[in-house]
Amino acid sequence: MNRPVLPLLAILVALLFAASLLIGPAALGLRESLSALFGGQGGPVVLVMQEIRLPRAILGLCVGAVLGLSGAAMQGFLRNPLAEPGLIGVSSTAALGAVLSLQTGLAAAFALALPLAALAGAAVSVALVLWMAGPRGGALALILAGIAISALAGALTSLILNLSPNPFAAMEIVYWMMGSLADRSMTHVWLAVPFMAAGSLLLLATGRSLDALTVGEDAARSMGVDIRRLRLLIVIGTAAAVGASVAVAGAIGFVGLVIPHLLRPLVGGQPSRLLPAAALGGAAMVLASDIAVRVVAPDQDLKLGVLTALVGAPFFLHLLWRMRGLEA
Amino acid sequence: MAGAAVAAPPERVVSINLCTDQLAMLLADEGQLVSVSHMALDPLSSAMVEEAQGYTVNRGGAEQVYLMHPDLVLAGTYTSPATVGLLRSLGVRVVQVAPVDSLADVGEQMRLVAAELGHPERGEAMATAFEAELSAITAQGEPVPAAMYYPNGYTAGAGTLSDEILTRTGFRNIGAEAGLTGGGTLPLERLVMAEPRVIVTSTPYPGASRSEEILVHPALAALREGATSAQVRDADWVCGTPHLMNAVRTMAQTRAALGVAE
Repeated sequence: MNRPVLPLLAILVALLFAASLLIGPAALGLRESLSALFGGQGGPVVLVMQEIRLPRAILGLCVGAVLGLSGAAMQGFLRNPLAEPGLIGVSSTAALGAVLSLQTGLAAAFALALPLAALAGAAVSVALVLWMAGPRGGALALILAGIAISALAGALTSLILNLSPNPFAAMEIVYWMMGSLADRSMTHVWLAVPFMAAGSLLLLATGRSLDALTVGEDAARSMGVDIRRLRLLIVIGTAAAVGASVAVAGAIGFVGLVIPHLLRPLVGGQPSRLLPAAALGGAAMVLASDIAVRVVAPDQDLKLGVLTALVGAPFFLHLLWRMRGLEA
Repeated sequence: MAGAAVAAPPERVVSINLCTDQLAMLLADEGQLVSVSHMALDPLSSAMVEEAQGYTVNRGGAEQVYLMHPDLVLAGTYTSPATVGLLRSLGVRVVQVAPVDSLADVGEQMRLVAAELGHPERGEAMATAFEAELSAITAQGEPVPAAMYYPNGYTAGAGTLSDEILTRTGFRNIGAEAGLTGGGTLPLERLVMAEPRVIVTSTPYPGASRSEEILVHPALAALREGATSAQVRDADWVCGTPHLMNAVRTMAQTRAALGVAE
């Protein structure tokens, strides 16, 4: 049972990160790419490695990590296997915040407005869902509230983009709903990674309280867990991490759902061990999906969420089927 | 097209396509053209915004167009087939004009629209002037690598009007060399690797879009430092009108500035 899960996952993520750097539409030699990545000389190869592929790989890693981590934290807190930033509307409200800041010109006037607006959007929906479903919250309340929030945020996002004077904006509805890492730059990395890191630290800090919560809310209280403080940590942590990720990469679904489920048996169902494992697993899933979109359709900018949904949606149905059996 | 010359010239013409808007404004009699499309007022697409302000603007819907009582509607071949079909079934004559994809087509199109408007001699004069000026422009020196680069990494490949303009004015089109035919996307890293000397890009629209962010990507900015950015007006490149010559002239001047001994 005590398999070295974390080191193995870390190696997998490192390999995928390297592959993400080495795979791209411009065919570059291995040695050439590596020396360009670390060398400071000018020239097209250096530009490609340092300004195009490196930010993409870093963002793939971080976005995947925060999605896996926040999925695991929400599932732990709600003790509900269906909690996930994409399904319960956190990603859609973050996208709404990001789109609002972009279309009002706020993001152009003040760069941090983009991640902050997405963060605010995400915070509203996490708070709403956690309060509505409560720590004892049933699956039904959670999912229904999530559907309503997602639908509302999605509709408002589409409305804003449709009304934009920019003809490209309306075509980007798909991007905000499905996510993509194409043509991101170091600017996006600097904008988003600090928020993602801060949010992740908050979420990782909830591990022991979540462990206590597995034996029930009252028992956790008697062990000294402050449920309200825990809820606040999860709201702020998820909002910062997922908000920043959506602001630069759009809403990528199902990562936070699938990864914790796949890894939970491997870590003995212990939330404190699941959190770091889910972060690594999420990073691996998004890096692998992002490599796949570049290999499958190099010139098409296939959306990342398309791939994660292709894997995730059948998994989600399978999960619902199993729950149906349990409830009957 | 023989029918157009025999019939009486149309008296109420409505254009619902950006390119026919501009040709009709140049070729029609005063009062003959009733309405142009709203695109004609968009300074980023239309080369004739000022002229278009004197006309009623339409959004190309069949209901709106029909109520203008046109006896000729000028449309593009990509205008919604539903609109064209509906107008025709209501008995309105609709002429669809294909987008030009070669310099040789430009004169043909001028003649065609002029004939439909009942002024073939104006079309002939416009086409002859265009063709004469075009034949005076010849490429000089070795072809220099250049690329068109638009939002979402969109570029012009082989068989496009832009490709022909680049080739004609002494450039090698990176989009065509990358194997693209027609329009398509060129990943930013392949553009960087091709080391263009000249990059032609578009002016961003108001309001933000992720599609246009690629035009301020640091890698493209670094590439531009070593290259010449041709200052072109996007609207000049879109349609086969006399304004297209501005695009050809600008590119020829850009190429000349790079010198012959490349």
